[in-house]
Order: sequence, then structure tokens, then C-alpha cells
Amino acid sequence: MTQIVSDFGFSPLDNVINYEVYDKASETSKAIDLPSDADLNLFVYDLNQLKIIRIDFPSFADGRGFTLAKLVRIRGFKGHLRAKGHIISDQYAMARRSGFDDVEISQDLADRQPETEWLFRSNWKKHDYQNRIGFNNC
Amino acid sequence: MYNYTEFDDAFIKARNSQFRNQVERRINGNLTEDEFKPLRLMNGLYLQLHAYMLRVAIPYGTLDSAQMEKLAFIADRWDKGYGHFTTRQNVQFNWPKLTDVPDILDALAEVKMHAIQTSGNTIRNVTADHFSGAAADEVTDPRPYAELIRQWSTDHPEFQFLPRKFKVAVTGSKNDRAVIRAHDIGLRALLRNGKIGFEVVIGGGLGRSPMIGKVINTFLPEANLLPYLEAVVSVWNTLGRRDNKYKARIKITVHEHGVEKIKQLVEDRYNEILSTFSGVNHELFEEIKSAFAPPVFKSKGTKYFDIAYKENAAFRSWVDTNTHTHKISNYSIATVSLKAHGKTPGDATSDQMRQIANIARHYSHDQIRISHEQNIILPHVHKSDLPKVYDLLKSKQLNTANIGLISDIIACPGMDYCALATARSIPIAQEISIRFDELKLEHEVGHIQIKISGCINACGHHHVGHIGILGLDRAGVENYQITLGGDATETAKIGDRAGPGFSATQIVPAVERIILTYLKVRLNKHENFIHTYQRLGIAPFKQALYPKESQSPKIQRRTYAA
Repeated sequence: MTQIVSDFGFSPLDNVINYEVYDKASETSKAIDLPSDADLNLFVYDLNQLKIIRIDFPSFADGRGFTLAKLVRIRGFKGHLRAKGHIISDQYAMARRSGFDDVEISQDLADRQPETEWLFRSNWKKHDYQNRIGFNNC
Repeated sequence: MYNYTEFDDAFIKARNSQFRNQVERRINGNLTEDEFKPLRLMNGLYLQLHAYMLRVAIPYGTLDSAQMEKLAFIADRWDKGYGHFTTRQNVQFNWPKLTDVPDILDALAEVKMHAIQTSGNTIRNVTADHFSGAAADEVTDPRPYAELIRQWSTDHPEFQFLPRKFKVAVTGSKNDRAVIRAHDIGLRALLRNGKIGFEVVIGGGLGRSPMIGKVINTFLPEANLLPYLEAVVSVWNTLGRRDNKYKARIKITVHEHGVEKIKQLVEDRYNEILSTFSGVNHELFEEIKSAFAPPVFKSKGTKYFDIAYKENAAFRSWVDTNTHTHKISNYSIATVSLKAHGKTPGDATSDQMRQIANIARHYSHDQIRISHEQNIILPHVHKSDLPKVYDLLKSKQLNTANIGLISDIIACPGMDYCALATARSIPIAQEISIRFDELKLEHEVGHIQIKISGCINACGHHHVGHIGILGLDRAGVENYQITLGGDATETAKIGDRAGPGFSATQIVPAVERIILTYLKVRLNKHENFIHTYQRLGIAPFKQALYPKESQSPKIQRRTYAA
């Protein structure tokens, strides 16, 4: 079962969301998937028509998703931002501070990196150098 | 000295406890080796040829005596009694055990040090001119800005999994001692109408595709520094290639897209990012600046110096070679050579570290710097104290008078330590320094920079050495290629390939032929090697390196046709 990780730990993904491919979306789209190499300029509609944006992490070593998240927030997206794929618990704070609301991981990963390891980084607002020197959290 | 605030202290403690936890999770299997690798790297821990290596950050190359003493303590307690200072102003311990590393990091934290982002695909330890705060030629001390950059880049949530590593260097002087043009971003502080700003250079780097950085902004006002840097890294993080790690550095991104396009993208991104930046808190920055305020300099005469300089030839030679003009007239900047003839460039024993700490405490206002040339600087020594300093250095074999001379060689660790190396570097450096010491030619030859890398990644900066040596593996045999005329300063230039390489036994005689040719063809003693090279080009040196070939009819015909 797919798990959603938030500051409160795991919760199983229970509702089915129909994500559309971001560059084939329409003005009525409510949910889109962004691949890590997405060119955000190809989504030509209002970001805030969307309820949820999901950004893919094909590998935990591919950090493009963090910058994409930040850009989506800078461009005014107020809805739900979800990271999906190979993200490890050590990256949870990075994801939250880049603007994600939560992280969607496979049951396999959830078994190997149990809830306690993710909760260990739920204090992601602490020790934030960027905030300290003048950058605002998204 | 930048003093950690409670914020910094709490940050380091939290970070260390995370790393301790990561080591445990690796051991119990919750983290795969693949997943653990970038985590240990962003905490400075490499896996080398024989053992783990811990690379400790010395931000902008600045240390105090207590910190140096702690490095000595770590070398004795958890390593083999020595440390290795690197071209990026870091110090490396070559033999720690994985399970000891969390304790070493805690020991470092006691003196406000860490190993964060000294490795991995992150923004690395920021480096600066090693004469910062003491040089007569700087418009401002660049270190408060370097400290801001350290804080901005530390644990930056977006930039921990970049396409590749990212290095920033800062100088406050027009005379570039920080090799800013060979960095991903190089910053040079300028003073314009009473205001500080930066010339921003991007896309420099050595490695297998050496590039000299290009100016992307001629005057970036200081207030805009951080959002501008953020824009550069943000653009590169999405644009940089991830399909081929050899093409991932920003120098390739700039090369492939062109500096004009990158500049436009950076400016567009900068304008977007500005909405998230409220400016550096004024009080916080003033606090940082005050931490780097000059010490209270002593005003006294230089009698003891004058006497010793007149009467002691060895001292005089050391002063002439190893000291540099200080902004205060009765002071000197003294460089402690870690290049004793025949020793490993950049290595210092724990005993030597403690002695340097002791000297710094009493005679350099408690300040120490590490240079990218792998030497140690005592930035604020009153001239009257120099004789005493010299004696104390001498008692620990730290008085080698060779700064800027042929034995002051930059060398990477090479195959003696490094898993990436294709050839040895250290023994070549040792042999060259011993050879010219035997010939007693070192002072006659004068200023020259030899830089040696043991593989194409160029950690020894060979491309920008006056003489660069690159060790390769040719069918299981070490082969050393020579480049000539490289320049690491404000007039940075990649050296020219001389021709076919030399074996390990031929390379030192080859260097000797280059030097003897230089001595023959130079205009006079005041024309340094690099200037002779710039005047005459590669031809006379090529002829000395490959005597038969250059006399062959083919070459002669080509010369005739030209």
C-alpha cells in the first residue's frame, strides 16, 4: 500500500486522484504530475486552478524536484504539493522546506524506512539557515 | 574570527546527531549503501583506496589556535598523527574508522568546526583569499561575505542533490590568490562610489574539461548577493546535465547554452526569487562583520627584526621568501611552508599543528589561515616577533624558505591515497623538490608554480600551473603529461600541452630540462619563468623536452613553410 508521509507520520493513501500529464493538461485540470525534468513554462494555465501538483523523484539523487517545488510556490501556487517516488527520510526536511506538503512513498520504502525515521525529521522548521538570513519559507 | 552563535551551535549538534543516526541505520540496513553514500559525502566522509577519509571544512581558510589544537588532537586520537591540508582550504584525515566519525564530528563541534558539504553534489566549503584581512591590496575583507555564503548554502533544502559539486571562491583583491576563475562561481569584491559590489564569474573549473570562468555580472551590489547566487544555482539545478556526470558541472552548462543565455535565465530567475528574500538582517550582518574586525595591532619598533635580518642569513632568506606585505607597515604576513624538501606537500604532524597554534596564539593575534597552495599563513605577525617565530618554526622543521619557488608544489594525494587516481603525485613532487635542492638552483630559478594531479579530475590544479603535470595510466604504466604556461591568478589561463607524456623515471629529468632551458633563454634574473614563457612561447621548451623530434625534417619543413 502506498503511504503518505506528513509531519504526523504515515497514513495510507486512500483516495484515487486522477493526475494529468502537465503539458497535456487543460483549463479544467485539477491535478497534474510534474516529471523531474519538467519545463514549468509548458503548463500554460493558472496554477491555482489545480488542487494538487505531484512532483516525481525518479531517484533520490535527482534533486530537480526540490527546485521545481520552490518555483511552483514562487509562482503563487497555494494548493497541495506532493513529492512522489524515491525520497528517503533524510530528505523529508528538504522536501518540506522546498514547499512540499507531504511525500508519497511505496510500501517497500515504508517498510525499510519506518515511520520513526521520518518523524525524526518532522522538526524541519528548526535550524533553518536560509530563513535566518532573509529567505522566506514557501 | 566568526564566533558561532547559539543558532550555529544548535545546528551543528542537530546535524551531528542526524549523522550518528544515519551511520547506525546504515549498519542495521535501513539505508542502502547507495542511499548512505550521498549522506556521508555531504558530511565530509569519503571512501578512499585504503580507508575512509574525513574532510573537515575550514571555511574561507580561517582558524584560531584552539581549532588548530583540536585538529592535532583528532590526528592523534583517531588518525595516524597527521593531517593533510588541501587546495580547497580543507583538512583531511586519512585513516578514521567509520564508527569513530560521529565522535570526531562532536569533537570538531566543540571548537565550532564541522565537515558539512566538503563533499557530495552540494555547494562546497566556500574558499577565500588566504591573505584576507591582512593584505594591503584588498578593497574589503571578503570573509564576512564568505560567511554569509556559508550560512546560505549550509543545508540549503534545494541544493543538497545537485547535478554535481559546486564551488564558490571569494576575493577582496584585484590580485587573485583564490583562483576565482577556476570556480563554479568566483566573486571579486569591488568598491564603486563608496559601495561594495561583486564581479561575478561563472563556469570556471578544471577537471577533464578545463574552462576559465566568464564574467556574468560586472557589479552585483552586495545586498543582492545571496538571491543572485540562489538564482545561478537554481537555474543550473534544473538545466545541468544529469545523464553524464562528466558533463554535469556548470562550466559545461554555460559552454553548451552560452553565457548570454545563462545570464538571461539567471536574471529572470533572480527577479522571481527576490519575492522570497527580505534582505539579510542588518544586525546579523553587522555582527558577522564585527567578528572579522582587525585585531588591535601593536605599535612598537622593529629593532629585533632589523638586527636579525642583518645578522642571520637563514632568517633573512626565510623573510625574503616567506613573508608578504601587510596592510600595517610594522607587520608581516608570514607563510609557513608545508613543503619541506622530500616531504608530502600539505601534510602537517600533530606536533607541528600544536606548534603553529602556539605561535599564532602569541605572535599572530590568535589567527591562522590555510592557503589553497597547501601552506599555513600567520596573517598578523609584528616584524619584531618574526625572529622568535622563525626559531619556533625551525624547532619543528617548519622553516623551509621556499614559498613561490620550485619546491612549493601543489600536489593532489594521488594513488597513494585516492581511489580515483591513475598515477602517483606525491612521490613526483618529492623527487622534484629534492632534485632542485641538490642542484641548489631553487633561488636562482625564482618564482615558479608546479602543480601536479594524479588523474584527469585535476585536484592538483595542473592546468593552471606554470608547469603542470598530469599523471595518467597508460596500459598499467604511469605516464606524466606536461602542460606549460598555465596561470592561476587574475590573468588565469589554461596551460598548453607540451606533447607526449613521460614515464615516472623520465618526468623529473624532463622538468629539469625545462628549467635549464628557462635559465638559458630568460632575459635576466627578473624575468620569471611564466614571463619568459609568455614572451617566447612553447617552442624552446618543446625542443628541450623532445630534442630528436624537433630536429626531424618534418618539423623543420613546417617551420620553413611558416
